[in-house]
Amino acid sequence: MTPDYDLAVIGGGPAGVAGALTAALAGLGVVLIDAAPRLGGQYFRRPAPGFRAGRPGALHHGLDRFTRQCEDLAGRADVLTGHRVWTVERDGGAVTVRCLAGDREERPRTVTARRLLIAAGAHDRPLPFPGWDLPGVLTPGAAQALLKGDLVVAGRRVVVAGTGPFLLPVAAGLAAAGAHVLGVHEAGGRTGLARHPFLAAGKLAEAFGYGARLARHRVPYRGRQAVVEAHGDGALTHVTIADLDRDWNPVATRTVACDTLACGYGFVAQLDLPVQLGCALRADPYGDLAVTVDAGMRTSVPGVYAAGETTGVGGAVLAEAEGRLAGRAVAADLGRRVPPDPVLSRRRDRLAAFARALGEAYPVRPGWRGWLRDDTPVCRCEEVPLAAVREALELGATDARSVKLLSRAGMGWCQGRMCGYAVSCLAGGSPAGDARAGAGGQGGGEARPGAGPAAFHRPIAQPVRLGDLAGTAAEPPRPGPPGTPAEVSHPPTEG
Amino acid sequence: MPDIVVVGAGIIGAACAHYAARAGLDVAVVDRGPVAGGTTGAGEGNVLVSDKEPGPELDLALLSNRLWRELAASPDGDGGRDGTGAAGGSGGGTGPEGGGGFEFEEKGGLVVAENARVLRELTAFADLAGKHGVEHVAVTADGLRDYEPHLAADLAGGVFYPQDAQVQPMLAAARLLRRGAERFGGGAPALRTGVTVTGFLRDGDRVTGVRTDRGDILAGAVVNAAGTWGGELAALAGARVPILPRRGFVLVTEPLDRPLVRHKVYTAAYVTAVASDSAGLETSAVVEGTPAGTVLIGASRERTGFDRTLSVPVLGRLAAQAVALFPALAERRAIRAYCGFRPYCPDHLPVIGEDPRAPGLYHACGHEGAGIGLAPATGHLIAQLLTGHRPDLDLTPFRPDRFEEGLP
Amino acid sequence: MSGADATADGGGAAVNPAHRLVRARPEPEFAIEVDGGTVPVIPGQTIGAALYGAGIRSWRTTRSGGRPRGLFCGIGVCFDCLVTVNGAPSLRACLTEARPGDRVSTRTAGSGEGDAGHAREGTRSPGGDGAGEGGVGR
Repeated sequence: MTPDYDLAVIGGGPAGVAGALTAALAGLGVVLIDAAPRLGGQYFRRPAPGFRAGRPGALHHGLDRFTRQCEDLAGRADVLTGHRVWTVERDGGAVTVRCLAGDREERPRTVTARRLLIAAGAHDRPLPFPGWDLPGVLTPGAAQALLKGDLVVAGRRVVVAGTGPFLLPVAAGLAAAGAHVLGVHEAGGRTGLARHPFLAAGKLAEAFGYGARLARHRVPYRGRQAVVEAHGDGALTHVTIADLDRDWNPVATRTVACDTLACGYGFVAQLDLPVQLGCALRADPYGDLAVTVDAGMRTSVPGVYAAGETTGVGGAVLAEAEGRLAGRAVAADLGRRVPPDPVLSRRRDRLAAFARALGEAYPVRPGWRGWLRDDTPVCRCEEVPLAAVREALELGATDARSVKLLSRAGMGWCQGRMCGYAVSCLAGGSPAGDARAGAGGQGGGEARPGAGPAAFHRPIAQPVRLGDLAGTAAEPPRPGPPGTPAEVSHPPTEG
Repeated sequence: MPDIVVVGAGIIGAACAHYAARAGLDVAVVDRGPVAGGTTGAGEGNVLVSDKEPGPELDLALLSNRLWRELAASPDGDGGRDGTGAAGGSGGGTGPEGGGGFEFEEKGGLVVAENARVLRELTAFADLAGKHGVEHVAVTADGLRDYEPHLAADLAGGVFYPQDAQVQPMLAAARLLRRGAERFGGGAPALRTGVTVTGFLRDGDRVTGVRTDRGDILAGAVVNAAGTWGGELAALAGARVPILPRRGFVLVTEPLDRPLVRHKVYTAAYVTAVASDSAGLETSAVVEGTPAGTVLIGASRERTGFDRTLSVPVLGRLAAQAVALFPALAERRAIRAYCGFRPYCPDHLPVIGEDPRAPGLYHACGHEGAGIGLAPATGHLIAQLLTGHRPDLDLTPFRPDRFEEGLP
Repeated sequence: MSGADATADGGGAAVNPAHRLVRARPEPEFAIEVDGGTVPVIPGQTIGAALYGAGIRSWRTTRSGGRPRGLFCGIGVCFDCLVTVNGAPSLRACLTEARPGDRVSTRTAGSGEGDAGHAREGTRSPGGDGAGEGGVGR
């Protein structure tokens, strides 16, 4: 059977759009698939047409350029917005992408292509703390999405907290849109940054150009502080802000009245699809997982490419460069004449190095575990408190997967996307450590997902109606290989 | 030095350790992974008597069924200090006291027949099993909806098996191990996870312990409860025990606010699929609700080695069969799927007993898809052997060297 | 937010500063029904955003603890914001674009089969079983 397209791109953010456009310009038949109703991903999320926004770029850097790319793409590739991918399969020389079309109808649609580019982006990484499930507590990404996509300001009196540079544009955007932003509380502090060559400017807010905007709205930016508890009866009314020591243990606290808290500790790449396909993963020194790629953004699985946050959280500019590199590599691999672009490659390397430096500058420190109490929900979906996670560990769980099996933490609706990082840490490791253990004890930074980094193994990446799933029953089952090396090499011990 | 080392912290190893400890033995359990990390952690928790024809496996299942009830009824070793409802289910709903701390549910099994011919066969099967102690109730087509209001309308009838039950298998393994350690063992830590067995210690032929990546463990006897990997463990002792993986997928729905499925419900075709020797894919829907509100949908059977790659057509067939049984499920969503590897022997019977080729090595593995249900009886019988008692059941059909017969 | 907020050119203190920021001239609002009440929507907004914009912070309670939930991740990952729309259960409010005439229910999603009366009879689940409690509906 001939595949429908030369290239399927999953993800309509800067990486996916750049990759699709580059490949289409090289003459490939391209389909771009994105879950949202409009292209943009999280960074270039744009207001619905119904707002008739005259100046949507006020909330983004570089939106005009991205919009032009989308317009260029429209005539050159099939763009499937509102399509959620629930699984991908690879069979011989083709990939099959199974989608659900429509935000509520969920019509099944299957797309096949010779090559696949995964640019699925990332989501916020929350950490649990008492009260983090109160209405009014949301992630910085949620506050940003409400503002950029729906022009809704998340609250009137807003506290922004967590770690990482993303807190700044969120605070600046909320303040510009009329919210009273009471403060930005960066758990990581500023002093560590100065040691980093890329960030030698010292003051991060200034370095990223948000200092003036925050100052204009009189938003204080505090280092080494965190929200360690949220309070309220049914909805948020105030938060406890703590001064932290180096390891994030609270040393002094005060309470602040607010109606909204936007709180997040960096990002988690959406790795469900690459893990389904068996793409090799890389564990960063600070514990984050990303897909391993070569200079052409090729993953370890033939025919599968990755760009953007999928290869390591690094922001929109890096994502676009990676998308372009991936598009060129796909075209070259399919026999198109594509001259090398060393300038683009160098640019990507430079941006990636900067992103790594940022990641290293904002590690999550272990003291957050001390913010939790026995009854603090760690898993929101299944309402699993810290005490239950501890009990699972006492019962013989040793990692996130076995904690899940014994306590249900991570077994609910979100499939551990919200609590997975915290549970891995509470189980005594990092997600990266789990990945290595899952790969049969491989050392170093390489994580082989053949046995699966358990936390990311989600064969069903989006809920799918059983009626729709039943519709695939008519297809003949693929005979499986006699055993993958990663599995067979397990020493023969337990069941 | 412990009296015995159990290799494998799945449900079978846990049951062996539990009953051995109850018999007064000091037990050490080792596992290269966490507790219940293998096939136990990929199962549905079936405790079935309904799917077995009269014979040694049914005898084992009936004994085990009684023992599961006993385990679920006995006061839990850690009941008193567990007020948070920790690890007992979703949030505060289920305390560890309920169902023995491992969600034991005497829910009963409802086997349904698609047409009159299948119903006749099913009824004959049930009547025969009834002569061996399997309780059952014939259910007419109209009567099916009294048991399961959401069942499809076009079924011919069925049989209800009140003894069929369900446990949460991971919790069951963990709690049996802990009860063994706290109530019967000498207070020494019984469970050591992250320990990989690399060989056996021998004194002549006799097995006197295990060699591990964390040092040697001397013991009076060793129990091989390594499940799907039991054949490879036996090979380290020079004994051939042919155990192979038979892959199964389970689909899990979103949590439902109201139970849609009350019992364990499956089609009569499941019984033939279980007994089948086919290497190809067989699916026959087994549908049931869980205390967490989800619906579990099994059971596919394939011999594909240890391949964990998702097979969409297999999931599709499971979904189609489940929807055929419960049409309302069509609008509910699957939120996850997982697979596991049932440990099966060529004659579909487990291996239970001391290995004459390696005295001191006791096997307790190869239970295929019935390991959860058969675990307590297996542990109880192994403990009887270890303490020199005459086992309650004749273990000849399960003897480890039975596969040598007919070999050159 | 009232209807008067919805135009950037409307003047006065009622203007939504976010609208002013991007010079929005929104199309006329429509209303959706939420548990019997009305919530205004600007065309293209998600149900979750419309609820949040109307000051509604939570619209679901959890299965076991009965705790209130609304938006958390805002981008379809956490499933906190589930709603029933026109009888279709378990939709993520943050992803589902509101349409004129939508009836949103924030009560239990239900199985769609009206089986509340059957929820406990015939089951022999032991006391304290979480599944049995699900029938009461919160």
